[in-house]
Amino acid sequence: MSIDIAQFVLLLVLMAGLVVVAGRWLTKLLTARGHWLPERIGYRLLGIEPGVGMDWKAYGLALVLSNAAMMLLGYVILRIQSWLPFDALHRASQTPDLAFNTAASFITNTNWQSYSGESSLSNFSQMAVITFLMTVSAASGIAACAAFIRGLAQREARDVGNYWVDFSRITWRLLLPICLVLSLVYVWQGMPQTLASGMDATTLEGTTQHIVTGPVASLEAIKHIGTNGGGFFGANAAHPFENPTPLTNLLHMLAMFLIPSALTYAFGRMLSRRAQGWAFLAAFLVMFVGFLAVEYPAERAGNPMFASLSVDQAPGALQPGGNMEGKEMRFGIAQTSVFVAVTTAATTGSVNAMHDSLTPVGGMVPLFLMMLNSVFGGVGVGFINLVSFAILTVFLVGMMIGRTPEFLGKKIEAREMKLVMLAVLAHPFCILGFTALAALWPGAASGLGNAGPHGFSELIYAYTSGTANNGSAFGGLNANTPFYNTTIGLAMLLGRYFTLLPMLAVAGSLAVKRTVPESPGTLPTATPLFTVLLIFVIVVVGGLTFLPSLALGPIVEHLAMSAGQFF
Amino acid sequence: MIPSLVRPVVVSAVLFMAVTGIAYPVVSTGIASVLFPRQAAGSLVRQGEVVVGSVLLGQDFHAPRYFHPRPSATSDQPYNAASSGASNLGPTSAKLRDAVRDRATAFRKENGLAGNAPVPVDAVTASASGLDPDISLANAHAQASRVAAERHLSLGEVNTLIDREVQGRQLGLLGEPRINVLALNLALDGAR
Repeated sequence: MSIDIAQFVLLLVLMAGLVVVAGRWLTKLLTARGHWLPERIGYRLLGIEPGVGMDWKAYGLALVLSNAAMMLLGYVILRIQSWLPFDALHRASQTPDLAFNTAASFITNTNWQSYSGESSLSNFSQMAVITFLMTVSAASGIAACAAFIRGLAQREARDVGNYWVDFSRITWRLLLPICLVLSLVYVWQGMPQTLASGMDATTLEGTTQHIVTGPVASLEAIKHIGTNGGGFFGANAAHPFENPTPLTNLLHMLAMFLIPSALTYAFGRMLSRRAQGWAFLAAFLVMFVGFLAVEYPAERAGNPMFASLSVDQAPGALQPGGNMEGKEMRFGIAQTSVFVAVTTAATTGSVNAMHDSLTPVGGMVPLFLMMLNSVFGGVGVGFINLVSFAILTVFLVGMMIGRTPEFLGKKIEAREMKLVMLAVLAHPFCILGFTALAALWPGAASGLGNAGPHGFSELIYAYTSGTANNGSAFGGLNANTPFYNTTIGLAMLLGRYFTLLPMLAVAGSLAVKRTVPESPGTLPTATPLFTVLLIFVIVVVGGLTFLPSLALGPIVEHLAMSAGQFF
Repeated sequence: MIPSLVRPVVVSAVLFMAVTGIAYPVVSTGIASVLFPRQAAGSLVRQGEVVVGSVLLGQDFHAPRYFHPRPSATSDQPYNAASSGASNLGPTSAKLRDAVRDRATAFRKENGLAGNAPVPVDAVTASASGLDPDISLANAHAQASRVAAERHLSLGEVNTLIDREVQGRQLGLLGEPRINVLALNLALDGAR
């Protein structure tokens, strides 16, 4: 057990060390004056003037329209895949509803997959659609966050930056260099990186095993750096080609946390409020460690059913033990349970174990992390979500002490609160609304892979994952039907743009305000007390909405499991 | 406002697809094929000219003279490397309970264990990928006497091979100690 804890500590120490390095680099590129050569060529091709600033509306419009064009491009390639060259396996084109779902999924940084990679995507699509959309959705998310931070920093001005400049710089200076290096480290550890589709092996017992290969490492690098999460293979990061060693597992986790945590530092630097950045990072960390402390013991204790069948699940020197259904031997319980928490905290959705087969409590943790959607969160948007809760906290505390709430030297008024509440409420509204619809829709229940309360968990997990732009799944649900493809596709789009755009509007609205001098009545927001209040508001306001639905799924199932009941 | 956005919107989609969707993976492939050609091609294991598998992917072993991998839930057949996947059965699933019970019974029978002897949990649970190349040390030791008897080796000889094939924690800390089934079986064939 102590060696398991040591692995968790190592992850957190390395992550904390990278915060400063990556945070400085981020700050530098977001505030730099000069342009790199490939960027200048790009601006000329795009026909834009890099020196011109945008207000939040122009910035948001450019983001949404360029995302729409990229989504359309991806959609078209998926629809005509079978006509394109270079696929020795002749994989068919995707159907309209599936291609919509896939394109929506990858442009929104969700990476929900209704298909299985090895059987339905050519290597060309894996690169030109999947790797492409993974990179640009991450760049869009970080750009939105940059505009958001500038809005908070502005005084009596409308300029929040230039979308095309931010997007280009993030791609050229941040994502591509890190991904290129990381992909090579991944290949060193055993990930394939080739344009060949695969070959047949003759096994020792004389049967044929068809081995599928492709440009896996380059996809895996951006998949984790960009908190994307969609797998090259159906089994995602549980597949030995996507995650060959415990070291790649650690690197995956560090990659997922890199940018969400660095943004707290960049925020602190750009606003000259470093302590505020650390206070936000502390909130992330405290919540994360809390959830890990629930996840790990649940999976380690295993399933009482195993014990009743005289199956040995006790951890020891000769085996990791615990609930090994749907887990890989090289990761055991420790590397699996921490990965579960990281991937749903950072809303990546990459999985190194099958979440459907987690214990009830072990499965509730990822579900709840996605419901909160603000423990690290996806690149860019996670930080934005956290700030929306921070504004809510300031507001609630302001109500209690009877003062006009202020945040970062700006008065928070009715307009900002309406927008914040729109962003905060869009999330549960979308999750619970679609889950209720699916529970009532004729025929939707036939897609469930498990009976009893676990089946309900599969449903709510799907819409939570879609809305939170996570993309992991309780994989037993057969979601490749027109109903699920369409509704989950819509949930992903609503979940992305209905939290991102209102918060960009908040930033735009705060940007034009005058700063007010701090008074004794101002609530300091960079203190441990505020961090505690913030966590409290996230858990109560963000979490309580979902408690009844958790009671119907994982909580009932946990009681059933303890009572030895099966479905 | 919108007409002036048409050009950057369209051009950026095509430009960044070319850069991030084609140039980046192709450059990465080029460098990888020079620096790490074996891994980049899938860590293949060859006997002479014949590819017998990838050291990273488990394969199905039925014959009693070989060590057996973990159960696999891939579709069509176990250890189908063209269709990775898991059972996705939840902890209160009756199907999972029945499958585990049947696997435990079969494992005990195969290895000459008593009717209620404890069975290592990894030997009766399906892995996440369906292609898990590894088994636990406990699982390997439980199979050792069967393999020794089939191959007319002493238990000590087989145990020595097992000990030699143990992969420890990476960097002494990460992951779990484990045994690669393909590597162990290749070593057995070599020892015979």
